[in-house]
Amino acid sequence: MTKWLEHHLPKLVLAPSFIAVLIFVYGFIAWTAWVSLTRSRLLPKYDIHGFIQYDRLFASLRWDVAMNNLFLFGTLFIVISMVLGLILAILLDQNIRTEGAIRTIYLYPMALSMIVTGTAWKWILNPGLGIEATVRGWGFENFKFDWLVNPDMAIYTIVIAAIWQSSGFVMALFLAGLRSVDTEIIRAAQVDGIPTWRVYTAIIIPSMAPIFLSAFIVLSHLAIKSFDLVIALTGGGPGFASDLPATYMYAMAFSRGDIGQAASSAMIMMAVVFTIVVPYLYSELRVKND
Amino acid sequence: MTDLAISPARNQNRTSKIVLRWILYLILGIFVIFYLMPLFVMVSTSLKSLEEIRTGDLVSLPREVTFDAWITAWSSACTGIRCEGVRPFFWNSVMIAVPAVLISTLIGALNGYVVAQWRFRGANLFFAAMLFGCFIPFQVVLLPMARLLGLMGIAGTIPGLIFVHVIYGLGFTTLFFRNYYVSIPSELTKAAKIDGAGFLRIFWSIFLPLSLPIIVVTVIWQFTQIWNDFLFGVSFSQAGTQPITVALNNIVNSTTGVKEYNVDMATAIIAALPTLLVYVIAGKYFIRGLTAGSVKG
Amino acid sequence: MASILDIKNLYKNYGAQEILKDINVSIEQGDFLVLVGPSGCGKSTLLNCIAGLEPITSGTLHIGGQNMTDVSPKDRDIAMVFQSYALYPTMTVAKNITFGMKVRGVDQATQALKLQEVAKQLQIEALLSRRPGQLSGGQRQRVAMGRALVRDPKLFLFDEPLSNLDAKLRVEMRTEIKELHQRLGASMVYVTHDQIEAMTLATKIVVMKGGVIQQIGTPAEIYNRPANLFVADFMGNPAMNLIPARARTNGTGTRIEIDRKDAAPIVLTDEKNRDLPKDVIIGVRPEDIAEPDFRTSQDAQHADCMVDIVEPAGADTFVVMQLGGKQVTARLHAETTAAPGHVQRLSFDLGKVSYFEPATGQRLN
Repeated sequence: MTKWLEHHLPKLVLAPSFIAVLIFVYGFIAWTAWVSLTRSRLLPKYDIHGFIQYDRLFASLRWDVAMNNLFLFGTLFIVISMVLGLILAILLDQNIRTEGAIRTIYLYPMALSMIVTGTAWKWILNPGLGIEATVRGWGFENFKFDWLVNPDMAIYTIVIAAIWQSSGFVMALFLAGLRSVDTEIIRAAQVDGIPTWRVYTAIIIPSMAPIFLSAFIVLSHLAIKSFDLVIALTGGGPGFASDLPATYMYAMAFSRGDIGQAASSAMIMMAVVFTIVVPYLYSELRVKND
Repeated sequence: MTDLAISPARNQNRTSKIVLRWILYLILGIFVIFYLMPLFVMVSTSLKSLEEIRTGDLVSLPREVTFDAWITAWSSACTGIRCEGVRPFFWNSVMIAVPAVLISTLIGALNGYVVAQWRFRGANLFFAAMLFGCFIPFQVVLLPMARLLGLMGIAGTIPGLIFVHVIYGLGFTTLFFRNYYVSIPSELTKAAKIDGAGFLRIFWSIFLPLSLPIIVVTVIWQFTQIWNDFLFGVSFSQAGTQPITVALNNIVNSTTGVKEYNVDMATAIIAALPTLLVYVIAGKYFIRGLTAGSVKG
Repeated sequence: MASILDIKNLYKNYGAQEILKDINVSIEQGDFLVLVGPSGCGKSTLLNCIAGLEPITSGTLHIGGQNMTDVSPKDRDIAMVFQSYALYPTMTVAKNITFGMKVRGVDQATQALKLQEVAKQLQIEALLSRRPGQLSGGQRQRVAMGRALVRDPKLFLFDEPLSNLDAKLRVEMRTEIKELHQRLGASMVYVTHDQIEAMTLATKIVVMKGGVIQQIGTPAEIYNRPANLFVADFMGNPAMNLIPARARTNGTGTRIEIDRKDAAPIVLTDEKNRDLPKDVIIGVRPEDIAEPDFRTSQDAQHADCMVDIVEPAGADTFVVMQLGGKQVTARLHAETTAAPGHVQRLSFDLGKVSYFEPATGQRLN
C-alpha cells in the first residue's frame, strides 16, 4: 500500500489540477461551444439549432463595429508598441547612466490595473477639463481634442492608453533580448569596422526574431482580451463606437440577457486566439521536448 | 603634419558625438514625461479642490493642497447607491487576493515539481493542456462559470472569486515553477532518492529551500493579476463583495450628483497603490515574472 | 562466495526503443567494475537500473545475494556519486553528508561520529559548514564521495564522477579513488566514457555499445585480446591499428600481406596463428611496431615503411604511415631518427597481434 502510494503520489498530486483544467478550461469551452449552437436567450437551452447565433452575430452591426475595432486597435496597438519598444530599448542600450531609473519609469504602467489606466486617461482626454481645456487655457483658443466623445476617433483613445500601458513592457523584453546577443559577435563586427546602426540592423535585430514573436503573441493576446480598458475609458461608446468583441460579449451576457450571442461571440474570440497562439505553443513545446 | 590634418576632423567627430548624446537624452527624457504624465496628473488632481479643477489646467501643481478628496474616496464616495467610500472594496480585494495567491502558488509549486522532476507518461501532455489554459480568452468560460458558481452556492461571494482566481491562475503558477525546476539537474532528485527521501521530503527539504526567487516572482505575478482583475470581479460579484477595480469603475461612472474628478483620481491611486508598491519594492522580480510569462510561455 | 552484484538477462526499453539488451554481469566482493563505452551506449542507464532509479523491463538484479529487481533505491544498500555531484545547494557540507542518515532516523550522536570519520578520511573537515556554492570542483567531488562513504553500503555506484574536473585534478582524483578502493576493499561500479580511467581503475571492465555488452574482462584481457573491432578501436590511445590484409597458411605458418600504395606489399609471417580466412583485418597496437634495435621479441618481423608524419610526444615519438589504405601509427623511442618522407625499417611484433573477421568484426585468434 505505501509502495503503491509512493509510486503514484506524483500523479495524485497532479490529478486535482488536471481535473480542474479538464472541467474549467476544456469542459467550459465545450459548454460555451454547445450553447453557441442553440437558441438560448436569457436562460441556456440545450437543443442544437445549427449556426443561427453565428448568423445573427455576423448580421449584427454592433458586432461588425467591434470586429473592425479589434482589427484597427490590434494592428495599431501591436505595431506602435513594438516599434516604440524597440526604439526605446535601443536608445536605452547606449550606456545610459540613469538606465535603471528610466527603465523603472517606462515600465511602471504595466503594474497598474487597466481600470486605473482607463480612469486616468479618461480624465486627461476629457474635452471639458482635460488636455483640450488646458491647451486652450495656454492661449490656443481653437485647439480641439475631442477624440473621447467623437465616435470616429474614440477607438484611438484606447490605442493611446493601451500603448502607454504596454510599450514599456515591450521595451523590457527587447532590452533583455539586446543584452542576450553574443558580445563576441558584436565585437567582431566592430573590429570589421561596421557602423553601429548596421550592427543593429544586420546582426542584433535579426537574431532577436524569437523575441519579436513572443512580443507579438503577448500583445495580440492582450489586444483580444482588452475589456477593462474599454469599459473604464469609453464604456464602448459613444453609442457602441468603441466596442470590442470582449465588451460585446460582456454586454450580451450580463446586460442584454442574450446568452446565445454571448456564447457565439466568445467562441469567435476563442478562434482568433487559437489561430495565433496554438502554432506558437506547438513550436515552443516541440523545441522543448527535443 | 598628419596629426594636424586629422585633428579638425577629430574635433568635429567629438562635437557631433556630444550633440548625438544630448539628442539621445532628450528623447529618453520626453518619454519619461510621457510615461509619468498620467501619474502626475492623477496625483495633482487628487490634491486639488473641485473649484481649482474647474479652471481647467491639467498639468499645473495644486495651488492649495487638500486631502479632502482622499478622505472622501476612502470613506464616503458613492458607488451606485451606497456611499461608504472605497474602503470596504479595498478589503474585499485583499481578502480575495491573499488566499487566491497563496493557494495557487502552492499548487503551482507542487505541479511544477512533478512535471519537471517526476516525469511520467502523460506529464508533458498535462503541461501542454495546462499551458493552453493560460491563453484562452476568459470570455469563453464566463457563462458556464457563472452557472457553476450558482450551483455551488458561492455565486457573488468572496470564496467564489477566490475559487475562480485559483483555477485560472494555476496555468501560470505551474508554468513558472516548472520552468524553474526544469533547470535543476534531475541528479539532485536521484541523489535524494538514494538517500532515502520520498516525494514530499525531497520537495520540502531540497526544492522548496531553493525556490525563494521563483516564489517571489510567482506571488508578485499572481498578486498583480488578481488585484488588477476586473473581468471576473465584475462578472462574479455582488454589491457587497466587489473588488476595488469594480468599485473604482462604479465611482467614476456613477452619474448621480456633481462629478468629483479629484475623488475619482484619489480612488484610482488607492486602487493602484498596492501593485505600484510591489513594483517599486520588487521591480526586478516583477519584470522577471512578465518576461517568464511571455518569453517562455 | 556469493557475488555482490548479479545481473541476469536484463532488458530495458523506452517504449519501443531497446536501450539495454540482454545484460549479464556479475562481480565479487571487492571488485571494481567499470562500464565504459561511447555516449549513448546505455552505460549510464545500466547504472541507473542498478541504483533502482530506472525500472527494468525484464530480467533480474541481485545485490548482496538479495533480489533487488523491484526494490526502491533507498532499500538497495547502495550509494551513488553523480557526474554533477548533485550536492543539495541549500545545505551545508555537513548536512549534505548527514541528510541520508537524518531521513533514516539515525540518532544525532551516531550522525556526528560518522560525519567526523568520513570528513577526516577525505580531509574535508575544514569545509563542513560551507555550502556547495562556495566549494571548488575538486572539493565538491570530495563532498559527494563523503556522502557516499558515510552510508557504508554494499555497493558504490559512480556516474562519470571525474568528467567535470580539469585534466590535472582528474588524474589526482583518479588515483585517490583507486587508493580508496584498495583501502576499503569495497565493491564499486563505475561509469565512464574515458578508456584510460577504465584501464587504470578497473579490476573488471564491461565495454558497451548500442545497449549491448561487447566484452567483459580484466583490463589486460580487454587491451590485449579485444573481442571485436569495436573494442579494439575504442580501448587504447592512440587506437589499435586495424589494417586490412590477406592471409595464406603454408608450411611454416601464415603469410600476411599488407598492400601499399607506392611499394610492394609488406609480407610478414605469423608462425602461431594458422587457418585464418583469406581476408582479415590485422590489429596491431602502436607500441608493437618499433625500431628493430629496441624490440627483440622473437615474433618480431621486419619491414621497410615510408614515414609520412613524425609527432614527438615527449616520452615517445609517434610515426604515421600508410598501410593497407589506412593511417598506421607506430610508437617509437623518443630519440628515433625516423624522418618524414624517408624509409624507416620497423619491426612488427606478431606475438601480440589480433585478427578480426572483416564482415562480422569478431576476433579470430
